[in-house]
Amino acid sequence: MLVHSRKARWALWTVFLVLFLPLFALPLLVVLGASFATHWSGVLPSGPTGANYRAATRGEALQALTTSLVTALTASVLALAAGTWAALAAAALGRRSRKAMDALFMLPVAVPSVVVGLAVLVAFSRPPMLLNGTRWIVITAHAVLVTAFAYQSVAAAITRLDPAYEQAAASLGARPGYVLWRVRLPLLLPSLTAAAGLCFALSMGELSATMMLYPPDWTPLPVLIYAATDRGALFTGSAIAVVLMAATLLVLLAVSRLRTRASYR
Amino acid sequence: MAPAAPAAPAGIRFDGVTVAYHGTVVLDALDLTVEPGEVMALLGPSGSGKTTALRAVAGFVRPVAGRVLLGDRDVTDLPPHRRGIGMVVQQYALFPHMRVEDNVAFGLKARRTPKSEIRARVTEALELTGMAGYARRHPRELSGGQQQRVAIARALAVRPEVLLLDEPLSALDAQLRSGMLAELARLHRELPDVSILYVTHDQVEALTLADRIAVMDRARLRACGTPRELYRAPTDAFTASFVGGANLLPVTVRASGAEFAGTVIEVGTDGVAPGASATLCVRPHLVGLGDGPNRITGTLAELQWRGATHRLYVDVGGHRVMADVRELRQPPALGDEVALHFASEDAVLLPAGVAHG
Repeated sequence: MLVHSRKARWALWTVFLVLFLPLFALPLLVVLGASFATHWSGVLPSGPTGANYRAATRGEALQALTTSLVTALTASVLALAAGTWAALAAAALGRRSRKAMDALFMLPVAVPSVVVGLAVLVAFSRPPMLLNGTRWIVITAHAVLVTAFAYQSVAAAITRLDPAYEQAAASLGARPGYVLWRVRLPLLLPSLTAAAGLCFALSMGELSATMMLYPPDWTPLPVLIYAATDRGALFTGSAIAVVLMAATLLVLLAVSRLRTRASYR
Repeated sequence: MAPAAPAAPAGIRFDGVTVAYHGTVVLDALDLTVEPGEVMALLGPSGSGKTTALRAVAGFVRPVAGRVLLGDRDVTDLPPHRRGIGMVVQQYALFPHMRVEDNVAFGLKARRTPKSEIRARVTEALELTGMAGYARRHPRELSGGQQQRVAIARALAVRPEVLLLDEPLSALDAQLRSGMLAELARLHRELPDVSILYVTHDQVEALTLADRIAVMDRARLRACGTPRELYRAPTDAFTASFVGGANLLPVTVRASGAEFAGTVIEVGTDGVAPGASATLCVRPHLVGLGDGPNRITGTLAELQWRGATHRLYVDVGGHRVMADVRELRQPPALGDEVALHFASEDAVLLPAGVAHG
């Protein structure tokens, strides 16, 4: 415990409750409240109903949920593979080239996602790489956006990895590929799963680039939420948002369980 | 590609090996031969280049000049995994995600040893190090000494011709260390064909375990010889003080001996011309208190009680002389005039021009 005196601890809790709770929890509670309502004219929502959820878990919305899950899963796997590969390659480079790699992978984070979306749209709208109009353009854009995060967390983990392990493995006669597969990747596994969770969550909530790219048969949930609120169906939109939240949280929970099983120390 | 099985026990040869990082020479033209089956200790303070020499054998640093040979194979340009060595490092580096048995089997699996053989070799290596009962444990469930044994078992399981030990005992506490020293000596008796390069900064480990000791200082090899040679007849001041600790007294050579602080000490001066300055090396535990041959007197500057012994620091003509004597019933007081003596055969005259430590 960092703070020892009882008074200081109370003060700290008060600050937390007054400042952080409204900032973080209240908006989510509002969405949760709205998702069960038909009217909201007073302080609290009124006209409790489950109809919003019936709409949010069937037909178009259900399909959008699957779309989002498939997109996020595929994009995360692609991003993790590319990011890990790049981070491992960067670790073997000299200082200057590694800096250049770091900067390159910072780009999708530094550039607004609308710009990334536009870039992907322009790049893949013409043969030979004609992805426009297919689901793959959405997945590609998501992968590009989240690879940066995968790269960064894996690169950070690699620098923390004690070189004594791979050296011990090499001295025992293991080829570099064997060392990678049997020693380095297993030791990086906790960071890899953390990166996967981060990528998945980011992809599940991506809207701005998706808006510019999605074909009619591949509408992810955030687009649906935007469309619903845009046409004034606030309460239905809220219900879909809660479904999005719950789905993301469930997957993250599963990943974090995997992570505790994968950590050795 | 698995390294070829050794036909005959192989030694290690350093042939003018020089290693430099960013223009700084950390190992300067090392010439050293470890005979097959020999235990060679590389002894020196930190930064002396001893670990660099070991890493050059393992293949983790690339010499800018010189060759490294294992037996008659030139391994200078081979990657680490094709050198056929076993290595144990200070922090053990056991793979935390593998059980003890999988750690020990790692090198065998990497070399595609048949499964039936792996099992036998793992058991053998674990029995050799007394860890057979811990095969199913994870490294984090073992104590430091046990992890150390597993690390040694892992290195021995691949039956290396050469075993590299990099400060293997320095992470253990004093009591465990002396136990592991005896253990390593026993291992070497059971595996007489394995050449061992043992890097340490601890002279006790080197004196106990090594057939020969190579003393390193500031990237250079200072002296190399059997522990007895280096201890009894050191050839330079650094070796004398680093191996066993020593009084290094500045003397002037005379016809009948060496003059120190006005007293002529009877000591062999063969080859040194009278009038030249030199260094006289005497081990503190060979210096006695009271009258005797080669008597010198001075004032007691410092007295330490060390249980079984007393250490006296005596100022003789502006130089400090150390003496370790059996515990004194009535020790002299600080500032007292005391007499010291030592036998002529316990003193070694070192040529001048040899820099002090």
